[in-house]
Amino acid sequence: MKIAVLVKQTFDTEAKIILDVNGKISSSGVSLIMNPYDEFAVEEGLRIKEKEGGEVTVISVGGQQAQDALRQALAMGADKAVLVDQGEAELDEYATATILAKAISDLEYDLILGGFRAIDDGSAQVAGRVAEILNIPVVNVVTGLEIEGGKAVATRETESGSEVLEVPLPAVITAQKGLNEPRYPSMKGIMKAKKKPMDKKTLADLGLDDGKISAKVKALSFSLPEPRKAGKVIPGEAAEAARELARLLREEAKVI
Amino acid sequence: MDFNLTKDQQMIRDVVRDFAEQEIVPRASEIDKTGQFPLEIVNKMAEMDLMGLPFPEEYGGAGADYTSYCLAVEEITRACGSTGLTYEAHISLGCMPIFLFGTEEQKKEYLTPLCRGECLGSFGLTEPEAGSDAGGTKTTAELDGDEWVINGGKCFITNASYAKYVTITALTDKTKGKKGISAIIVPTDAAGFTIRAGYEKMGLHGSNTTELFFDNVRVPKINLVGKVNEGFKQFLTVLDGGRIAIAAMAVGLAQASLDASLKYAQERVQFGSSISKFQAIQFKLADMATAIELARLMYLKAAWLKDNDQPYSKEAAMAKVFASEMATRAALEAIQIHGGYGYMREFPVERYLRDAKLLEIGEGTSEVQRLVIARHLGC
Ligand SMILES: Cc1cc2nc3c(=O)[nH]c(=O)nc-3n(C[C@H](O)[C@H](O)[C@H](O)COP(=O)(O)OP(=O)(O)OC[C@H]3O[C@@H](n4cnc5c(N)ncnc54)[C@H](O)[C@@H]3O)c2cc1C
Repeated sequence: MKIAVLVKQTFDTEAKIILDVNGKISSSGVSLIMNPYDEFAVEEGLRIKEKEGGEVTVISVGGQQAQDALRQALAMGADKAVLVDQGEAELDEYATATILAKAISDLEYDLILGGFRAIDDGSAQVAGRVAEILNIPVVNVVTGLEIEGGKAVATRETESGSEVLEVPLPAVITAQKGLNEPRYPSMKGIMKAKKKPMDKKTLADLGLDDGKISAKVKALSFSLPEPRKAGKVIPGEAAEAARELARLLREEAKVI
Repeated sequence: MDFNLTKDQQMIRDVVRDFAEQEIVPRASEIDKTGQFPLEIVNKMAEMDLMGLPFPEEYGGAGADYTSYCLAVEEITRACGSTGLTYEAHISLGCMPIFLFGTEEQKKEYLTPLCRGECLGSFGLTEPEAGSDAGGTKTTAELDGDEWVINGGKCFITNASYAKYVTITALTDKTKGKKGISAIIVPTDAAGFTIRAGYEKMGLHGSNTTELFFDNVRVPKINLVGKVNEGFKQFLTVLDGGRIAIAAMAVGLAQASLDASLKYAQERVQFGSSISKFQAIQFKLADMATAIELARLMYLKAAWLKDNDQPYSKEAAMAKVFASEMATRAALEAIQIHGGYGYMREFPVERYLRDAKLLEIGEGTSEVQRLVIARHLGC
């Protein structure tokens, strides 16, 4: 079983977002982590490999610092990594998916795993787009996965319960929290990670150029959300306070 | 100059921090209250190859450097002092003498299961009448044919109840005083060897602290560690390295004190504002953060010297005395910042104080550290 796992490096969940002088999100001093949903995907890939045999390749599009996220996956037990450095190119979901699909099509693969979304832009598009470009099925937001006889049987939560889907391999499966409990990289795993292959590619290496991946969506400006206003405590007897609350909801907040 | 940790060191620190926050922090208060030994946590640490972190893979270790080990010690102790001491004593005192001075056979037979975490490492040096003056060892080991016959006793020995063998020091030549001391590996199931864990301690309740009694205990001659009568020199070297790790423990506890204090100061409202807005509280927090950073830099420097095969004995003593006294102060300030709540067991800071105090005593008291530093100055 050849498994490819899509991995994105994101800001730490606790990172404080600030805008730089050019109005762009500043990454200076921010600690970077592997997108938590991708950790579920890596873990699932490793479990399938441990059961079925095979190989896990982790793939990321990003600058040189994204090696850290890949190295973490290698430390967990992935066999090799591919990093595509997009250089100066601006990325949107279309561009990222185009690059990933190209990089994957150079590999042998039976299964592609990824997080269902990244915690930074939260678009939840990239894995689905990769499946579309490669013309293979995708099951999104998966909380249970079995591989049997060239098929993937995936469980996903829906609003009314859960559904079980069966798709032929190769397929793209995206991980939701609950799929598994990712392991801690072992100390030996960490020490071995740097000896595992890390294939660094440029867009040109993949036969791509800025024109072929030029982003279809451009961010025009960024702004921070309004700071949350302090809450209001309405004093007094319950009946009276409730009346006052209803009045404020109607007249001040204008929500009823 | 390069103040960056290597990629390996960073990842080891981050992974251990994550592990400690998820798996150790939730249990720390209960470990302190019940005095239960954190065996489950130790087993999980073994699964992650932490129990042999700084030793070569050929002996079951992970092959990381000493700096990585100290970073791991800091993170584990930040979560729980008892688990931190268990780990530190296992590696610095239990594994290290065998790794540094043991024969190839001893490393295979004794170091390998220790690195795999199959049992805990333990080192018996201190005696009722030989503490700071460890050269005053009274326990004796006499050769009888192919066996050492050991008589005497040890006190305050960490981890021995969970060890399969303890490395102890004993007089092998009574005429030579401290130049007649040797280190010997003693299986804990040897006839005549009793281990008693009866101490009631101020803190570190989950750490196993024991008395050892030897009554005509016989062990094979080949259980001698290194050369005969070199035990004194050996344990000075062992303690030099251990001091860096004790400093890392102190930084971990002080960081825990600061973390708790900052959080509490931001939440606690008095006189209509959070107490973190009062300059008196701010100055305490600023001083704590500054002292922690200095102590961390000092233990990292000492560890770096050791990793680069440069002399580090003076720096290790400096790191230990500064960091351990700093950790006690930080815990005291943390209690002060918490006010009455800080005095209560409901909050963790009184535990940090009780745990931190040991670090000024174990592996050489603060006074002994100052003696070591003064000796290096040429006094
Ligand atoms: C929880 C715990 C765990 C321990 N674990 C271990 C272990 O695993 N293995 C082990 O071998 N030991 C262990 N110890 C023992 C520890 O290393 C000793 O307690 C320590 O070295 C001090 O020895 P002492 O208690 O006999 O104090 P003493 O040496 O009697 O010291 C009493 C006081 O006199 C001061 N003093 C002594 N000599 C001088 C001097 N020359 N100049 C100035 N002041 C001096 C000391 O600094 C101290 O303040 C442990 C102790 C504790 C409390």
